[in-house]
Amino acid sequence: MSRYFTEDHEWVDVDGEIGTVGISDYAQGQLGDIVFVDVPEEGKSLTKGDEAAVVESVKAASDVYSPVSGTVIEGNPALADEPALVNSDAEGDGWFFKIGISDASELDELMDEGAYEAFVAKL
Amino acid sequence: MTINQSGWRPTAPASGAAAAPTFTGNKALMLEEPLIFEIGDAHTTGVDFAEGDVAGSRLGDLTRKTPIGLPGLSEPETVRHYTRLSRQNYAIDLGLFPLGSCTMKHNPRLNEKMARLPGFADVHPLQPTDTVQGALEVIHQLAHWLVTLTGMASVAMSPKAGAHGELCGILAIKAALAKRGDTDRKVILVPESAHGTNPATAAFAGFSVEDIPATAEGRVDTAALTARLGPDVAGVMITNPNTCGLFERDLKAISDAVHAAGGYVYCDGANFNAIVGRVRPGDLGIDAMHINLHKTFSTPHGGGGPGSGPVVFSDALTPFAPLPFVEKQGDHFALVEEETAGDHHASSFGRMVAFHGQMGMFTRALTYMLSHGADGLRQVAEDAVLNANYILRSLNDTLDAPFGGSGPCMHEALFSDDGLADGFSTIDIAKGLIDEGYHPMTMYFPLVVHGAMLVEPTETESKAALDQFIGALRSVAERAKAGDASLKTAPHFAPRSRLDETLAARKPVLVWKEPGLAVT
Amino acid sequence: MRYLPLTGHDRVDMLAVIGASSIDDLFVDVPDVARLDGPIHDLPMHASEMAVERHMSALARKNLTAGDAPFFLGCGAYKHHVPASVDHLIQRGEFLTAYTPYQPEIAQGTLQMLFEFQTQVARLLGTDVANASMYDGSTACWEAIGMARRITRRGKAILSAGLHPHYVSVARTMAKYTGDVLDTAAPRLTADTDFEERLIAKIDDDTSCVVVQYPDILGRIADLKPLADACHAKKALLIAVVTEPVALGAITSPGEMDADIVVGEGQSIGVGLQFGGPYVGLFGCKEKYVRQMPGRLCGETVDADGRRGFVLTLSTREQHIRREKATSNICTNSGLCALAFSVHMTLLGEAGLRRLAAINHAGACRAADRLATIPGVRLVNDSFFNEFTLDLGQEARPIVRTLADRGILAGVSLGRLYPSEGALANGLVVAVTETTSEADVETLAVALEEALA
Repeated sequence: MSRYFTEDHEWVDVDGEIGTVGISDYAQGQLGDIVFVDVPEEGKSLTKGDEAAVVESVKAASDVYSPVSGTVIEGNPALADEPALVNSDAEGDGWFFKIGISDASELDELMDEGAYEAFVAKL
Repeated sequence: MTINQSGWRPTAPASGAAAAPTFTGNKALMLEEPLIFEIGDAHTTGVDFAEGDVAGSRLGDLTRKTPIGLPGLSEPETVRHYTRLSRQNYAIDLGLFPLGSCTMKHNPRLNEKMARLPGFADVHPLQPTDTVQGALEVIHQLAHWLVTLTGMASVAMSPKAGAHGELCGILAIKAALAKRGDTDRKVILVPESAHGTNPATAAFAGFSVEDIPATAEGRVDTAALTARLGPDVAGVMITNPNTCGLFERDLKAISDAVHAAGGYVYCDGANFNAIVGRVRPGDLGIDAMHINLHKTFSTPHGGGGPGSGPVVFSDALTPFAPLPFVEKQGDHFALVEEETAGDHHASSFGRMVAFHGQMGMFTRALTYMLSHGADGLRQVAEDAVLNANYILRSLNDTLDAPFGGSGPCMHEALFSDDGLADGFSTIDIAKGLIDEGYHPMTMYFPLVVHGAMLVEPTETESKAALDQFIGALRSVAERAKAGDASLKTAPHFAPRSRLDETLAARKPVLVWKEPGLAVT
Repeated sequence: MRYLPLTGHDRVDMLAVIGASSIDDLFVDVPDVARLDGPIHDLPMHASEMAVERHMSALARKNLTAGDAPFFLGCGAYKHHVPASVDHLIQRGEFLTAYTPYQPEIAQGTLQMLFEFQTQVARLLGTDVANASMYDGSTACWEAIGMARRITRRGKAILSAGLHPHYVSVARTMAKYTGDVLDTAAPRLTADTDFEERLIAKIDDDTSCVVVQYPDILGRIADLKPLADACHAKKALLIAVVTEPVALGAITSPGEMDADIVVGEGQSIGVGLQFGGPYVGLFGCKEKYVRQMPGRLCGETVDADGRRGFVLTLSTREQHIRREKATSNICTNSGLCALAFSVHMTLLGEAGLRRLAAINHAGACRAADRLATIPGVRLVNDSFFNEFTLDLGQEARPIVRTLADRGILAGVSLGRLYPSEGALANGLVVAVTETTSEADVETLAVALEEALA
């Protein structure tokens, strides 16, 4: 399984044709206390770069873009009751949605963990 | 001698131990107050009605069968409950309220008295117009003041608040474009320093919004704006004076350029107080502007409304103004509604509200205008601008004024959090000001300035009041620069310390539930 | 000038601190073309308090006030007695001259009041939650339609023929810009609503919501449950509009009949007629839809010391944060009118509201029976609360004008509200509240009989 990052601070774990998407630990730290996450519905078709989810802190709402194209398999049901999971485990239990990847070549445009770390270090 | 001890009691305070907690949780005049649901019950009422049976049931088998759950209190309990609550609020009546962009000026009580005259307060909106000629004349007179003060052609009176007025202006622009078949114009340009309502309004009307950058001196980048004009641009929304507190000195040139490119200019009039009586926005070539009667014209903010947002229009947009409106026909004041509009006003974009607008605000605003007159209103603007500049120049040795070098400010002074100790931000200054007995300034707006503090004193403050405020803000700012940790936990002397907004948003509790039923 | 504390000396001293030689220096950025060298012409100069009071009082006297005439107007605004303490309390400076409670530590008065208001409104409407108020009933109604679109992602709203025509008009204006399709119809002078034959029949897979008024514009009351079921079967929402909240003291609330969103005009409780505004919009809904709600919300929380307190919450829905993605561009509520509503409702309590409603209904029943005895007059309604419609057998609008000349405000003619609907021209909507005396009804009955003869 490999993990990729976008410049908009989404990550995607790829396991075969299934991607699991979330926001980076760096991003959650910048947003502060997460109070609500709106995840996409199963079956929703997304193109890379589409607004896929919304993550809200008390004073800000931020769009989360899909790092790849595909069809949503499920949104993370745990976030409805426990949005704080994004703060406590952004790159684990705080995942946003799973997506059936339609074009694996899009992953080539994303960063790996090391590249993302370097990217964040420059911000 | 006689030693008369009948009047004996301690009359000089003793020094000694700190206070013990009180049984009630109260602190003398600072009184805790439960919710009505905790002190009232379903059987108590503070209103007396005629006794006896009441007959009749034509309620279509829908007679209420279940309790509603509304607690009642007797009149003395009611008066005490709300009086106690009121004392936990800051208000203009208590002190300077420097909330930038909100124009918290004194609310004259004559306004309140006039609005309560039965001839205005106890009149139904659908009465035959012959029976409400005085009410219609108030609207007509106020309309005359507004178009004259702004130098515009007409005014729509019905919008219920500033944002509603913005919507009115943008819908008129949309209607005007549609009328000339110019439906490809889908973009509204909005400066990045704009009020958040501007993009929200434009988006509602189906426009896409593009930001226009500000210059280093805090004004709209005219070159960037004019470069963006073209056949896809419906218009611009500009606030003048802008949210950095500066006059947009290029507005006339911008208007001319926008018109030449086929667009319209919407001016956000939230800051009209700075220029009322000194500048007519119509002379700057704008097409529409809303006027917050609750800002410039002193109607009370009431803890968050009701407002009132009449919109003045240029000749070009006048035909598209919403219904209804009042028109003088000979000696008679007519109410032009859907039925009477006809060809006379066939291009109106329609109705925005039931009835005719915020009459209670109209009577207050007209009362205020008559009190000040043309000369007094001019003095209002001058004093508002003088007070703001006085604050700006008195404090820019202590606080960073990012546009302090851009010339005089208008009615509000803008500072940033630059120069505060590490870990200290605008909010700490704001909460420190609360302990000093002030409502804080507007925080973190406009977004173009880091940790913005927008201070609008208004013209109804005396020099002594300004001097005390300047002293307080200076003191708090110096504490923040020195890293005084006690500021991080301020306020210390308010009815509540900092509230947990994260908890409120994560687990919203929006209505009261019996403790046994409440979800924990 | 009495509202301006600065003295001439102050101004000179302050200009010196600023480093300006005159006030004109501070307006240096105003271009020449827009610079005025003195007070604007065509407007009067300042005036004393006494002179202004005289001017305004003269205008006020030109109106026939509701309290000075037998009065029967309703249709979205109702004359009720408002206890004196309501107006006293809303004039407390700490309420009257406060701002939106953005600094909660020093705005607990307004915030607690709003929390109480939200709870009172939710209970009255029968909804799980309610917001901190809207501009008025008509704008609340439109906002509900927009909310239904966001929830269902469908764009067709079916509006009952019994919905207030101004509310329909507002929705029609706004729908032009959002692309919502509105299915509307004019009411008919019958005892039955259009629920069965029109509304239920029209609900389809594109329907976002059905909007009904309860009681409706003619005063009729019908069960909302079958309509709610029909909506839900097609995954559409039922929006109920209440323009006379006092009615809910006597009849089952829309929320109890499974309406998804219930909006209302709160003017009846505490606010007064005021020639149409300011009023207060009520807005309640099921809890699951709360994040799609427009307007401000107050929520309970704790402070740093663990004490209960209140804050504005879920503000990410609002314009100042979402900007072009906000649920609505609204940033004001109707705070002071919400306070008036809440104070009056607290004075009434459950017992008082139910008694008030019973008195209203009984008076309306008596009036309807009396007026129906006039030759040529037909009572349209089978059911009503405090407002009913008469078919006068001839055009009502001139009759209303004739009676106004005799000092009687007889009601709202449907010709005024529906100028292009000839079939409604004979309709007169009559409202009766606790302020209507039996003598008022008799005066109207006698005068109406003469005018119709």
